[in-house]
Amino acid sequence: MIGKRIGAFLCHCGGNISDYVDEEKVRAAVEKESGVAVAKTFLFACSEASQEEMIRTIREEKLDGIVIASCSPKLHLDTFRAMARRSGINRYMYTQVNVREQCSWAHRHEREEATEKAIRLVRAGVAHSRLGVPLTDLRIETTPAALVVGAGVAGMRAALALSDMGIAVYLVEQAARVGGRVPAWGKMFPNDREGAEIVDTLLQAIRRRENITLFTGAEVVEKRGSVGDFSVKVRAADGTEEIALRVGAIVVATGFDPYLPAAGEFGYGAPGVVTLPEFRELLPAAEGKLRYRDREVRNIVYIYCVGSRQAAAKENPRPNLYCSRYCCTAAVHTALLAAGVDAGVNQYHLYRDMRTYGKNEILFEEAGRKGSVFLRYPDDAPPVVERPGGELLVRVRDVLLGGEEIGIPADLVVLVTGMAPRENANLVNVLKLPVGAGGFFNEIHPKLRPVETMIDGVFISGAAQGPKTLAESVASSLAAVSKGAALLLKGYVDLSPLVAKVDTEACAWCGECGNACPYDGAVERVRQGGKEVAYVHPALCKGCGGCVPVCPAEAVGLEGYTNDQVKAMIDALVREIV
Amino acid sequence: MAKAAPSAGNRPKILVFSTNTISDPGIDLAGSQHMSYSPSVKVISVPCSGGIHPNWVLYALEAGFDGVFIAADGGDCACLPDCTARTARIVERAQGLLKERGSDPRRVKMAAICSVCSEPFVSHMRQFTEALSKL
Ligand SMILES: Cc1cc2nc3c(=O)[nH]c(=O)nc-3n(C[C@H](O)[C@H](O)[C@H](O)COP(=O)(O)OP(=O)(O)OC[C@H]3O[C@@H](n4cnc5c(N)ncnc54)[C@H](O)[C@@H]3O)c2cc1C
Ligand code: SF4
Ligand code: SF4
Ligand code: SF4
Repeated sequence: MIGKRIGAFLCHCGGNISDYVDEEKVRAAVEKESGVAVAKTFLFACSEASQEEMIRTIREEKLDGIVIASCSPKLHLDTFRAMARRSGINRYMYTQVNVREQCSWAHRHEREEATEKAIRLVRAGVAHSRLGVPLTDLRIETTPAALVVGAGVAGMRAALALSDMGIAVYLVEQAARVGGRVPAWGKMFPNDREGAEIVDTLLQAIRRRENITLFTGAEVVEKRGSVGDFSVKVRAADGTEEIALRVGAIVVATGFDPYLPAAGEFGYGAPGVVTLPEFRELLPAAEGKLRYRDREVRNIVYIYCVGSRQAAAKENPRPNLYCSRYCCTAAVHTALLAAGVDAGVNQYHLYRDMRTYGKNEILFEEAGRKGSVFLRYPDDAPPVVERPGGELLVRVRDVLLGGEEIGIPADLVVLVTGMAPRENANLVNVLKLPVGAGGFFNEIHPKLRPVETMIDGVFISGAAQGPKTLAESVASSLAAVSKGAALLLKGYVDLSPLVAKVDTEACAWCGECGNACPYDGAVERVRQGGKEVAYVHPALCKGCGGCVPVCPAEAVGLEGYTNDQVKAMIDALVREIV
Repeated sequence: MAKAAPSAGNRPKILVFSTNTISDPGIDLAGSQHMSYSPSVKVISVPCSGGIHPNWVLYALEAGFDGVFIAADGGDCACLPDCTARTARIVERAQGLLKERGSDPRRVKMAAICSVCSEPFVSHMRQFTEALSKL
């Protein structure tokens, strides 16, 4: 610390700061701080000209570190880190001090106090930079290969798109066949293509690619390493064979499970009450007339939202709160297919909200034209399925008729079941996949980082992320591909060096840090200098700091937030101003 | 200003531990919206509130701060999924340390501040300032 030369640059931000803070007073006070070699003010620190002047100053004054007191680091941390790098000093020797959002703007009527606060904040920044150490990003060479888990349509499309970009792909499917759920649906919305045909086309294309290796009847059983360089093991389902692979990125496309109603839920289990997937399997075989168990079907009643948008109840403590998105359209489309088989069949749709969004609205209108009848039921009074005298009868309150109760005799009741998260405990454990509130895999942010997970280099896609139509599943798998490919084609990844580090002198291996760390493999026990100590693996550490508060010896700290830095900042914030 | 506020020197000194991605933007927003709070409030930012050492809290109070406010992530944290529970444990430990030293555990406070929580932040600062003045 002794001998470090720090430069303090204070920004007026036009008048945004200097109107409320006496910048000259701050400059004069900061200049007297020990370690500060130079203190200057700037009208706009972020302007090209100011940055040039700062670079000149850094070089002339042979500075080791700098502090810029300006706006929130959210705005210009990267700008000024880049400037520091251009000037020749380490970019982590730069500290940004927020004297705009957290000082001048918040204390506009207290100039003296705001000025005093600014002095203290800048002093804390100086203390932080003085105790900082030059750090370099951790560069990891990436292996130009990817693992795709799940060969449904999302996974198959991902494999092809990665292969298009010259990335070798290992596509691992648990089942004996590829294609996932889609081959069971026959004609699919929006353009009536056969699911099996879509899958077949993709499979042919995959077979022609030399850089795609497809494993069916196989599972991922082990993952080591970190982003850019994972070692994984794939095992044949019958346990006969195990293959070790090295990949730089992993795309998870393991899909969903159709919701399975409980016995008695909307009459499920009684003859004539089927789920939408079950009905879809009946349809292709039907010609001329629809038949169910050798009986002609005249009346079909669809009950929407089964297994989706559930309310919490005593018998259902973990309800599926989400809308399954695909089912309104699939049900309406199914009605069109049924009308195609027998134009005379009567179809009643008992729905809550019609979510045939986008172009699928056309299907909704067409179903109406082809004779489907739509009745809206209230959220709190779902239809009831009964069998008085052995015949199915559905009682429903129609919202649009002022809540009047109607009874509809049915030959077939189709429960429009939603999507449920697929049980995948082994994979979740091997890949350490984050699972969200609804039970699907969780992205970092649904809008800003929709296919990335907290595990760097592991991406999620398709219906494994949450209910999606096929087009949406493919869109998300291609998003995962572009994220993964961007990582692999660059040839390296730079990881933030702001991770935990152990002071091996002070550490006496108690293991507390390892217990507190939620990230697999980040903390290891190693032997050093004749004793056991903790070692934090910089590529696996996320820099969360979870290990810091549990260390009895204060031996582990985050780079940039070390115990010493925090305490020095506290001192600088309270020390008297003379 | 309409009324003369007690000068910053007399108002309780509060150290806020805030998080880079969740509460910092909320505190920044308070400033952007020109809401005011006591200039005796100073912020130190960390990646996650689950990484604050209880000793830092103690250190701050011994160094001259009157109170320490921990802006927890309130379940939004991308670093540590259980950070609220972790932060609560840290606060408990810090309060334990304070009691051992005969200091008032109410000098440490924790509340969830999210990235748009400008108003809650300002009102927490007001309340904490008042509460500390009475201790
Ligand atoms: C009744 C019904 C009708 C539908 N109709 C339409 C329609 O007409 N149009 C439309 O756009 N969408 C429709 N959908 C939605 C469509 O089925 C999904 O969008 C699509 O299947 C999602 O594809 P996916 O690849 O993400 O998942 P899936 O199709 O579920 O495929 C996932 C694959 O991953 C494999 N897998 C799972 N776990 C593992 C593991 N641990 N290791 C290896 N492999 C694993 C599975 O075996 C499977 O092959 C319908 C859905 C239903 C339920
Ligand atoms: S898509 Fe329609 S049927 Fe499916 S859950 Fe949403 S509202 Fe209900
Ligand atoms: S908690 Fe501290 S003393 Fe214990 S092993 Fe980790 S670094 Fe070492
Ligand atoms: S900082 Fe977080 S990820 Fe890194 S070792 Fe500590 S607890 Fe684990």
